Amino acid sequence: MTNTPLLQAKSLTKKFGTLKANDSVDLVVQPGEIHALLGENGAGKSTLVKMLYGALQPTSGQIYWKGQEVHLADPAQARTLGVGMVFQHFSLFDSLNVVENIALALPKGTKIGPLAKRVEEVSHDYGLPLKADNLVADLSVGERQRIEIVRCLLQNPELIIMDEPTSVLTPQEADLLFQTLERLSKEGRSILYISHRLEEVQKMCDTATILRHGKLVEHCNPANETAASLARLMVGSSVKAVERSKPDVSAAPVRLKLQKLSLPPASPFAVPLSDISLSVKGGEVVAIAGVAGNGQSELFDALSGERDTPADAIIINEIESGHKGVTARRSLGAAFVPEERLGHAAVPDLPLSENVILTRHGSDKPLKSGLFLQRNHAGELGIRISEAFDVRKGAPDPNAGSLSGGNLQKFVVGREIDRGPTLLVVSQPTWGVDAGAAALIRQALLDLARQGAAVVVISQDLDEIFEIADRIAVINKGELSKAEPVEDMSLEKIGLLMGGVHGAEPETIPASKGQEAYNAD
Amino acid sequence: MQIELQKRALPSSLMTWLSPALAITLTVLTGALMFGMLGFNPAQALYVYFIAPLLDSWSLQELVVKAAPLVLIGVGLSICYRSNNWNIGAEGQFTMGAILGSILPVVFYQWESPLTFPLMVALGALGGALFGAIPALLKNKFGANEILTSLMLTYVALLTLDYLVRGPWKNPEGFNFPESRLFSDAALAPSLIADSRMHIGALFAVIAVIAIFILFSRTLKGFEIRVLGATPRAGNFAGFSKERMILFAFMTSGALAGIAGIIEVAGPIGQLTPTISPGYGFTAIIVAFLGRLNPIGILFAGLLLALSYLGGEAAQIELGISEKTSKAFQGILLFYILACDTLIHYHVKFVSSKKKEAV
Amino acid sequence: MEILEAILITIVTASTPLLLAALGELVVERSGVLNLGVEGMMIMGAVCAFAVSLTTGNPYLGLVAGMLGGVVMSILFGFLTLTLVSNQVATGLALTLLGLGLSGMVGEGFVGTPGVKLAPLPIPGLVELPVIGRALFGQDPLFYLSVVLTIGTTWFLFKSRAGLIVRAVGENHGSAHALGYSVIKVRYLAVMFGGLCAGLAGAYLSLVYTSLWIENMTAGRGWIALALVVFASWLPKRLIIGAYLFGTVSILQFHAQGAGIGIPSQLLSALPYLATILALVFISRNRAVARANTPACLGLAFVPDR
Repeated sequence: MTNTPLLQAKSLTKKFGTLKANDSVDLVVQPGEIHALLGENGAGKSTLVKMLYGALQPTSGQIYWKGQEVHLADPAQARTLGVGMVFQHFSLFDSLNVVENIALALPKGTKIGPLAKRVEEVSHDYGLPLKADNLVADLSVGERQRIEIVRCLLQNPELIIMDEPTSVLTPQEADLLFQTLERLSKEGRSILYISHRLEEVQKMCDTATILRHGKLVEHCNPANETAASLARLMVGSSVKAVERSKPDVSAAPVRLKLQKLSLPPASPFAVPLSDISLSVKGGEVVAIAGVAGNGQSELFDALSGERDTPADAIIINEIESGHKGVTARRSLGAAFVPEERLGHAAVPDLPLSENVILTRHGSDKPLKSGLFLQRNHAGELGIRISEAFDVRKGAPDPNAGSLSGGNLQKFVVGREIDRGPTLLVVSQPTWGVDAGAAALIRQALLDLARQGAAVVVISQDLDEIFEIADRIAVINKGELSKAEPVEDMSLEKIGLLMGGVHGAEPETIPASKGQEAYNAD
Repeated sequence: MQIELQKRALPSSLMTWLSPALAITLTVLTGALMFGMLGFNPAQALYVYFIAPLLDSWSLQELVVKAAPLVLIGVGLSICYRSNNWNIGAEGQFTMGAILGSILPVVFYQWESPLTFPLMVALGALGGALFGAIPALLKNKFGANEILTSLMLTYVALLTLDYLVRGPWKNPEGFNFPESRLFSDAALAPSLIADSRMHIGALFAVIAVIAIFILFSRTLKGFEIRVLGATPRAGNFAGFSKERMILFAFMTSGALAGIAGIIEVAGPIGQLTPTISPGYGFTAIIVAFLGRLNPIGILFAGLLLALSYLGGEAAQIELGISEKTSKAFQGILLFYILACDTLIHYHVKFVSSKKKEAV
Repeated sequence: MEILEAILITIVTASTPLLLAALGELVVERSGVLNLGVEGMMIMGAVCAFAVSLTTGNPYLGLVAGMLGGVVMSILFGFLTLTLVSNQVATGLALTLLGLGLSGMVGEGFVGTPGVKLAPLPIPGLVELPVIGRALFGQDPLFYLSVVLTIGTTWFLFKSRAGLIVRAVGENHGSAHALGYSVIKVRYLAVMFGGLCAGLAGAYLSLVYTSLWIENMTAGRGWIALALVVFASWLPKRLIIGAYLFGTVSILQFHAQGAGIGIPSQLLSALPYLATILALVFISRNRAVARANTPACLGLAFVPDR
């Protein structure tokens, strides 16, 4: 191409302390193109785009906008130039309504009244319907993303940066998003699209820039690559595929049984669980798919015993456990790994040896003698877990908070598997960890199941689910669909069970008949 | 000029111990400046305030007498603050302990036995614990903010004491002074050394320090306290009950404050009066923080803050500096501690604003 | 009738300092900062106002000094909690202890000296109204200011862009930062407004309520103001109800003591504190309601990554 690039970054470097999050990265975005930015978790994608949006200041390097060098002091300046951003962890305010959220990103002097009208117009125009006075807290994740996109569009940007936009959407919602993106690109706007989903990138994007460990690896045309070759560029080596065999569970005992489990919402904006029934046998992996915020964390809390339920709603190893606490359930052979590593699964400011005590003080008798803790034993367990699960650490017994995401996740999963549980409930086992750690964790989950344990995986990552699940159920608005064998499931089917498109306009898709409308397509 | 913070990978253990020293130094410097501005010779004033009380045995004993309640309350508060329960009503629990413990020598004054004093201590602990349980229960049952309720209850306790010594418990032979009858010998705290003011309270304080030290470092309960305080969600996941911890923390610290209260009236004072504490319950908050919420640290911090009381009295007598300066000092000290604690978790950098713009 | 009028007047004077202090704290908390040092800022406001009005003879200069006293204290708090990210609860306690200590020291020379009273500013005509005339229209300027401030704060928080930003910062400081707002700057301003209001409230005590300096004369009013913010679920208009409810309780107990109705005076004196506890229990009991308006980032430290 001979025309001036819309945006060009030359040898951008960003250091946090001694860590180089970006190491002289170059990037060229042409007008009207959809440009993919690929890389593993922790490769430096977010750091790069935050610099392009003025939210972080580069340590060195230059940014050119339409050929002119620019210094972006803050996001407001980037927005004035014509850069818009849709964040991965949305930058929304739950207690404010849609139009207030949007006003906050627009220049001073924007009047709320007229803005509300424009928001509704623009959002309908792009097929992303929104109501101006809805409270954000009441909206689904997909609708929240719409606010971000509409907020961005109202600034009439020439470059839109999107950080992992499809990771929170149903497959149907993702398709809608792709249509919107295509339309934006036809209007001459450029899109910088961050993702680690390779099929998506191949389908959508004109060019791709790949980062690894903060460094630029390659500029390429995704159409000329295969998913496998892209993956190799991202990871740097090929990742071992998970090995699995089909289990025979006909004679296996039922290890977890949920009978009409219901739970009222804990806070005004939380999701209630209603009538959830499920039965999981030893030897199998059952995955629970669903879009974030549909009751997954409530379900996890009910299963782990962090919230109380009727006694007969949850049966662990044939014992009614709904009213039992976490420690009692662990003593029955159950183990749990919550979604949040820091602050839920582990205490950041305590060493690994004490984090071992956290979940095992009740079930591992040798950890305690009388009133007193046996710290030596805890330390030995910490070492054993670290070795078995390849936890890489800088000190013999470092604080949990100092480990990288992948290593800490290997530790918290390992801490539970090391106990030899007969039931493991794990939420988002590989969220935000690198490919190597993800493969190790998934294999460990499968191996545990094949040794006779029942494994329940709550995950939003459909690729992961298809990789390890024997049966799949879908949670939507606090209700759980029937768990079907993985052979009978497809992306489309799961997407519909996830609720298809949330918050669509009633005239296009009647809420109650959403499924039929889609089936008719 | 701007200050930028950068999180340390690990909390600095050097700074953990250096920060209180730095805070004390800054307080002393500020004190010198303050004395200078008030027209006193700073060196002389500081000497009278902080050095002279350490040089004779009477004031050394007095130091221990004043430090004992501060340490007792302070170690109790460390349980609360480490478990993220903001009990600021220790002054009230101290008072209630004193009141309940005084039932024996005031109401049943004829009963004198070797058991009198031990029973008074037990009642004092009970009074403090029960009074401490109120904010805990209100927090558990209704979610009422414990900071506000525990403080409001302090006023209630102080008014109760005022009512008792002016009303039903007024000494019938006391010429209508607002005081209870004098405690009998059996109800007085035994001296540690014959004929000295150093009474058994100091021993209690040391025992409490050791017990709480073991609790924190060796037991599952201590682990529970730390986990629930740092990350309640992880504590819940570990199977620890937040509600029970709230009650435990408030009742334990209430009991310790109650013991401090009854020993104070059975020791140095010897009867109930409308004012039995020069703000020990609030000063102990400073003691707890200055001691890093660590029992051993609290022992030293208690001695230091006791020194500030003694120094304040000495400075008033010898130099005519207002005794009120000691309260101001205590406040300034706490401010400096909290400021210096930033160094434990962060690198502090000074950045000129101009340079930042240019980047 | 005259007794009723007198009671109404005293209720207004007892409620105004609570309302002023609570209004400031409400804005502070809306920005996500919990400043427990209201008592300390208030007492510094009281002593500064008293000292300056006495030495200059001008109560308005005293008023300015009271505000400055509160603001300087609040900047100290801001420096620790916002710049040095110290624990907000502990720092608030420190601010209170510091304020009580310093004010005792500064005010020692003034104990027992009659001060300068801020004269009432009757509104012609309206003040003649029966019963409520003198209570509502014959008051000092600070009372009128408290009413204007309440309305102004409601408008500011819910109708102005700046107020929207304050709420946004208190709700989600990470997002506000990502959108390019300076969380620290917004919070400093809010904290300083809180200091100004607390200073005014303190000045009211030493210039209007008693026109004397008494050590610890705030007597827990700063803490009651904090409870009022919770009671009002962070809405300024509800603050009026709360403040006047408490003003009424404290005045009625005062009159009951005067009338000598045979209840121990200490029990009556304890009523406002017991009422505070009751009010907290009442409002916190329904957790859903209590939480709905709670700023989500209340009390949380914020360190921007750079």
